Parts: sequence; C-alpha cells; structure tokens
Amino acid sequence: MSAAAIPLPVAPASSPARSVRDATHESPWVRWTLIGIALAFLTLFLFVPLAAVFYEALRKGVDVYLAAVIEEDALAAIRLTLLTAAIAVPLNLVFGVAAAWAIAKFEFRGKNLLVTLIDLPFSVSPVVSGLIYVLVFGLQGWFGETLRDHDLKVIFAVPGIVLATVFVTFPFVARELIPLMEAQGKDEEEAAVVLGASGWQVFWRVTLPNVKWGLLYGVILCNARAMGEFGAVSVVSGHIRGATNTMPLHVEILYNEYQFTAAFAVASLLALLALVTLALKTWVERRFEQDRAAD
Amino acid sequence: MRPGPTVPLTQIPQMPRFHLLLAALGLIASLSAQADVTLMNVSYDPTRELYQEINAAFAKRWAVAGKEKISIRQSHGGSGKQARAVIDGLDADVVTLALAYDIDEIAARGKLLPVDWQKRLPHNSSPYTSTIVFLVRKGNPKNIQDWEDVVRPGISVVTPNPKTSGGARWNYLAAWVYAIKKYGKDDAKARDFVSRLYRNVQVLDSGARGSTTTFVERGIGDVLLAWENEAFLAVKELGPDKFQIVVPSVSILAEPPVAVVDKVVDRRNTRLAAQAYLEFLYTDEGQDIISRHYYRPTSVIALSKYAKLFLKLNLVKLTDVFGSWQNAQKTHFADGGVFDQIFVPGGR
Repeated sequence: MSAAAIPLPVAPASSPARSVRDATHESPWVRWTLIGIALAFLTLFLFVPLAAVFYEALRKGVDVYLAAVIEEDALAAIRLTLLTAAIAVPLNLVFGVAAAWAIAKFEFRGKNLLVTLIDLPFSVSPVVSGLIYVLVFGLQGWFGETLRDHDLKVIFAVPGIVLATVFVTFPFVARELIPLMEAQGKDEEEAAVVLGASGWQVFWRVTLPNVKWGLLYGVILCNARAMGEFGAVSVVSGHIRGATNTMPLHVEILYNEYQFTAAFAVASLLALLALVTLALKTWVERRFEQDRAAD
Repeated sequence: MRPGPTVPLTQIPQMPRFHLLLAALGLIASLSAQADVTLMNVSYDPTRELYQEINAAFAKRWAVAGKEKISIRQSHGGSGKQARAVIDGLDADVVTLALAYDIDEIAARGKLLPVDWQKRLPHNSSPYTSTIVFLVRKGNPKNIQDWEDVVRPGISVVTPNPKTSGGARWNYLAAWVYAIKKYGKDDAKARDFVSRLYRNVQVLDSGARGSTTTFVERGIGDVLLAWENEAFLAVKELGPDKFQIVVPSVSILAEPPVAVVDKVVDRRNTRLAAQAYLEFLYTDEGQDIISRHYYRPTSVIALSKYAKLFLKLNLVKLTDVFGSWQNAQKTHFADGGVFDQIFVPGGR
C-alpha cells in the first residue's frame, strides 16, 4: 500500500503505472469488503436456511427423524416422486435430444416456432401448466367424460402428475444441448456423411459422443426439477395422502399438520437430493472440461 | 479435426432406460390395482386430525362386522377449492366439506349427486356443528373481547379467503350477524362494519389451516378468526402458554355437511361402505371422537356428556339471517358480490 502511495505527490509521471495496477488490483480494503458482503449474503440466504433444515429435522433425535422418513405416507410420497422422475426424465431425454438435434443440425420451416415452444414451460407459471391439464382432462374438460367412461384417470392420479412434471421439465435437456450443438457446427457430421455414414451412424458415432457431458448435465438438472416441482403438481394432484402426494406436497401437508419435525425430515431428503445434484453437476463439469482439453 | 468415431459400432448405447420405463409402467399398474375397498374422503382444511381418528375407528368397526378390509384416503384443502377438484374429477366417495353451498355446487355443476342431498342424513346432513371464535396471543395484549374490538383501527386480523375457504365464509357471516344483531336489521351498517373488519386484514390464505399457520407460526396478526375446533387444536398443539381463546358475544352456528357422491360410488361400487362411513359419524362412538376433537356433537347423549368442553355463546343460524346458503353466496361471495366490493387487496 505505502509503496504505491508514496510516489504519487512527488512524481506524477508514475501515475499511468499506478492506474494500470488499479485496474486489476483493488485495494485490500475494497477486496475484503466485497468478499465479506458476498459471504454474509451467502451465509444468510443459503447456508443458514440449509443448516436450519437439517437442524430442525434432527432436533428431536435420529429415531424421530427415521420414523418420519419411513412412515407409510412419507414412503408413498418418496416412491411417487422417484416414479415420476423415472418416467419424466427419460422422456425428456429422448425428446430433448431429438429436438436439439433437429434445431442445431438442420434447417426447416417453423424452426423458430419450435425453439419458442421449447422455452414455453420456462416462461409459463407452473400453476398454469397444471391448470391446462385440468382443463383438458378434468371431468368438465374436453376429454373428461370419455376418460371416465373408460375408467381412465389422468388428473388427480399418477398420470397427471407425470404429465405436469414432463411439461415443466421439458426445456432442461433441449436448452442445454442446443447451444452446445450449434457451437460445434455441422462440419463433423458433414464429413461423416461424405464418408458414407447413415443418419443413425452419424448420430450415434459423431453427434452423441460430442455432447455426452452436456447431455448428462441437462439430465441432472431435469431430474432435480422433476423431483422438486411443486406448483404444477399441486394443481393436478388432488392431495390424496399416500396416493398422489409427491415429496414437496408431503412436506407442505406435514407442516400444516403441526408435524414440524417430520416436515423438516422429508424436506431434508429433498435438500440432500439438491446437494447430490450439485456434486454430480460439479463432477460432470470437470469431466467436460477435461474432455475438451484432451481434444 | 477430431479423430474418427470414438465408439465402435458394437458398443452403441442400448438405451437401458426403456427397461426402466417398462418397470415404471408396471408400477403404475400395481398402484391402481387394489384388492380391498378404499374410500376417499375429500374434506376441508381443519378436519385432518378428526378424520384420522374416525377412519381408524371405522375401519375397526367394519372389520368386526366381518366386511372386507377397508382403507380410507384423505384429501384436505380449502372447502371451495376441494369442491372444485371434485367437480373436475377428483374421485371422492364422500365429501365432508365446510358448508352446504360447496356440496350444492358439486350437485349443480358436476351433477354428481342429487340437488336434495342435504335431506338424506339427519340434522341437515351435519353430524357435527361448530362456530367461529377468536384466537389471540397470550395475555390478550390488544384487549380483544368482542367483534367491536376486531374492527378497531390498527388491529391486524388474520382470516382466510372467502372465495376458496369455507371457514372464511363463516367468519365473514359471523361478523355480519353480529352487526345485524347490534345495529338492528340494517344492511348498510352491517356492510360498513364488515368492510372495517376487512380493512384490518393483510393476508388472505386459501384455507383455514394456512391462516392458522400464518398466525401461530409466522407470528403475523393480533387476532385469528378461527373455527372453534381449530382454535382449541392450536392451543393444544402449540401450548396454552402462547395463545388463548376469546369468545365473542354472538357468533354463527356453522353446520359442516357430509354427503355420499352418488356418481362416484356407483361407478366404483363403494356405495355400501361410503354410506356406512357417514352413518358412523352419527353413532355414539363417532360422536365421542367428534367431541374430543372439539367439534360440537349433534346427538343428545354426547351433547350432555361433553357440555363442559364447549364455550357458551349466542349462536345464530345462517337461515335466520341470510335465508339460505344459496342466497348468502349470491349476495356476498359471488363475483362482484359484497365481499368483492368491500375488500381492497393489501389492506387499507
């Protein structure tokens, strides 16, 4: 500090050098203040609430925690959440890859419209995403009577929850892949075609290996959202205990029934899921970078 | 340029996820296939604890009678919202809602049960009644004794949204009844009184339980307008050292009705069990459970047995002031009704 400050009054000639230094190095005072503010913010809004979830969940002991997690309705909620993700994520994987491939590698009419449609679930409120299914499949909706006559249930049952989840999580895989595929361009595919590869061969042996880490990243995000979705699922669920409650809905129900420890126990499972997702995400990002460096 | 294909053709990923998908579909099938009878009871917000106990007791009774194994599923939420879900196809074998109008809607809009449903069970199909009281913080720091104190400027009131919640509609009507009794049958004065009340409201939750949580957990508000049973439960669950109940001089007699949903039970073949389930609410055992959860029983035996439990106050029937639920709904809660005219979102 002193070394920089002393020459200033006596030798103005050295001021250009000083201003260059300032552009990249803030004074320690500024640096520590900024870091301090950022840390305080993170602590207050991220770490403390996260710690509070686990603290509340375990406050009455591990036994109470375990009892809350293996309670019948909680298990049903966990099963339903896993089932929903097990259906929604593969579906979005297949359709997300197909959509991204079409958009990034081909020219066709209505391409912009398709891009907009893919983004739609991001821009629409989850409540609306749920309501559209009620309007279509509800008893007063378009197909309601027909479905009931054939004894098929969509909303207020598992299929509706899956549909709503698929809708909400649709953009994750496609949105992750489109920029990546566009950046990679079409050169390699064109070369493969010139060398005599069929369409499938080009996809499996050129396109897919190039985007595999981006794809995995998209799947992880998609999965996290599928398990955590509240709004859209809440509208189509009907909130039947042990049947159509996913984990986020179950947390709300427990909280409303003054079962705070149980609510936080189930919430802590969701928080754990988030942490696992974060770890996986970091690992994937690192592998992605390594792959790139190896090229 | 990258080196050629990195994956040999023989190692093309086989999409094992399709197997997962098949397994998942199998799981769905097993979820929807059930051997024994299940009933679904779609109810309003504060009855969670009540029906948990009722369901267990009824299942035991049903087993003793030598019938098939029965399990009862529950769904809870604001009464109006729940009625809406049943109209939209939520498969309720029985509905146990906060007020008759919501079941009227299921009959009128959904055509799922006859319009004269309320005549099918005793006491207008209400196995229990309740009323609206005040829950305040311990020591009653704002000195709230009656409805007059609730509308005082500067008092923060917590009550749910009458559009979605049954309890909220009873709250509103109870305040109206008080004003009518106090100022003589003057609708303009009653309207002014109730609008002063809603000027003191900052948050409208969608159901009674949401409001209770707002008041007791988030610590918002000076007074909670609550179901009598909900107020007792909050004091019991969260400690008498934090809250106390204040009984107003006048309140409304709330009659939460129950009904079998004909279209659903006929399709699912559950009429017998559904009917027995609702009738169980009227038995001595049912009435005991009801009273212990602070709902007012309707049987003479239970009434005298649990008389000490319930607060004494002047209870006015809805029909005496508003004629019928249809009337009350149309005048006060329909789109553009009195509530819409007096309530300014955000308070003040």
